[in-house]
Amino acid sequence: MIRNPKDLTRYTAQERANHWVVGICFILLALSGLAFFHPAFFPLAQLFGGGVWARILHPYIGVLMALSFLAMFFRFRSLNQVTPADKEWLSRVGEMVDGNDHNMPEQGKYNGGQKMLFWALAVCMLLLVVSGLVMWRAWFNLPVGMVRFGVVIHAATAAVMIGLIMVHIYAAIWVKGTIRAMWYGTVTRAWAKQHHRAWYRQVTGKS
Amino acid sequence: MALQSLDIARRSATTTESPSVRQTTEVAKLIDVTTCIGCKACQAACMEWNDIRDEVGSNAGIYDNPRDLSAESWTVMRYSEVEENGKLEWLIRKDGCMHCAEPGCLKACPAPGAIVQYANGIVDFHEEYCIGCGYCITGCPFNVPRISRKDNKAYKCTLCSDRVAVGQEPACIKACPTGALQFGSKQQMKDYAEERVADLKERGFKDAGLYDPQGVGGTHVMYVLHHADRPQLYNNLPDNPSISPMVALWKGIAKPLATLALAGVALSSLFHYITKGPNEVSKELEDELEKEEA
Repeated sequence: MIRNPKDLTRYTAQERANHWVVGICFILLALSGLAFFHPAFFPLAQLFGGGVWARILHPYIGVLMALSFLAMFFRFRSLNQVTPADKEWLSRVGEMVDGNDHNMPEQGKYNGGQKMLFWALAVCMLLLVVSGLVMWRAWFNLPVGMVRFGVVIHAATAAVMIGLIMVHIYAAIWVKGTIRAMWYGTVTRAWAKQHHRAWYRQVTGKS
Repeated sequence: MALQSLDIARRSATTTESPSVRQTTEVAKLIDVTTCIGCKACQAACMEWNDIRDEVGSNAGIYDNPRDLSAESWTVMRYSEVEENGKLEWLIRKDGCMHCAEPGCLKACPAPGAIVQYANGIVDFHEEYCIGCGYCITGCPFNVPRISRKDNKAYKCTLCSDRVAVGQEPACIKACPTGALQFGSKQQMKDYAEERVADLKERGFKDAGLYDPQGVGGTHVMYVLHHADRPQLYNNLPDNPSISPMVALWKGIAKPLATLALAGVALSSLFHYITKGPNEVSKELEDELEKEEA
């Protein structure tokens, strides 16, 4: 669907589909995982048909998320290499949070914050997969010392990751004109010029 | 079995008080290892009363049979041959749930009410609420609970909570031919153990003593040991069992704090939005690009 032929393509259909497979898995995993995280969240297990179903489904959804995240990781890895401009952006992130981003250093397709999130999520994902497999009694029966270590890592990493995703979602809501990039793939030229000027120049050839 | 709902002192994954107006006597089973002859009558009685039959296993060349606890074998005799003072000693320990005062299984369990501790000290699994995650195994300092491969529920010794609830002693106690198994109030069992220990000391076992490990707040299954200074002689009975610090960290204060932190992130986002407003593309830039396009 083309809204305006001048709009810039930010994500292809495959990239969007990949992102949403990861996203849906993450939401299901967070809801079912929180059910076991603390009694206050146990009622969330009802969304999956009760505690037993939540326990059965959670690790399989986890495997799907791990595989789809791996695909996304290789898609976006090269675009997330940290540059000196990103470091400067990060050192001045306070101005950005304060809502005054007009003097921020020029950013490519991703800004320093997005790149940090990318790498932080990759680390979380790795820790969750490894510790998750250690806890998966349906298939594995590992020494109790390892499982005890695994459950602590799994719970702590999951809490950090839920926090990171909250920031990710809020950033998309806060910066108007962003979410459409993940719905149907395009952003306006004005959006690109304001938030990712170096990328704007690169794709339009303009100054 | 929830025969005594008034007398539930603790309930898994529950953050509010349990019914606690009624006090009941704490009970205990005493296993006098020094008078056990290893006849396995207790194992047979356990199978019979609880109506569970393990698969017939294979002989591994030792007396231990079945080889290990399972969802269908809630108590097993463990035979250790050790040399003490130049003599062979055959140490036979009846293994099973210790019914800890501070149960690691109950602390670790995420399913509300799947594990309860009665006011009399018995720790019981309510399989109908069990979700099969195996966290109880992770929490147990004695490696007791087992997940059934048939139904993915966790099982262990109930200390015959159904029998105790109606004033009977556990099935294993009733079957023991030598009096090595005793059942009564925890205090009675301690008093009886004291006599046994004094007797053993008189007969040359200077390190005889009662195994009631305080690291788990004491247990409702206690042992009289000839070598109480070295419990590991008895097929690796832990010296000083306690809930692993990993489990304490996992199930302790960290999770409520993490929950608060996440709520903090969500609320800060909301208040950031309503105080700073959305980050919109500037009108100036939009107009400039519109002109360019025209």
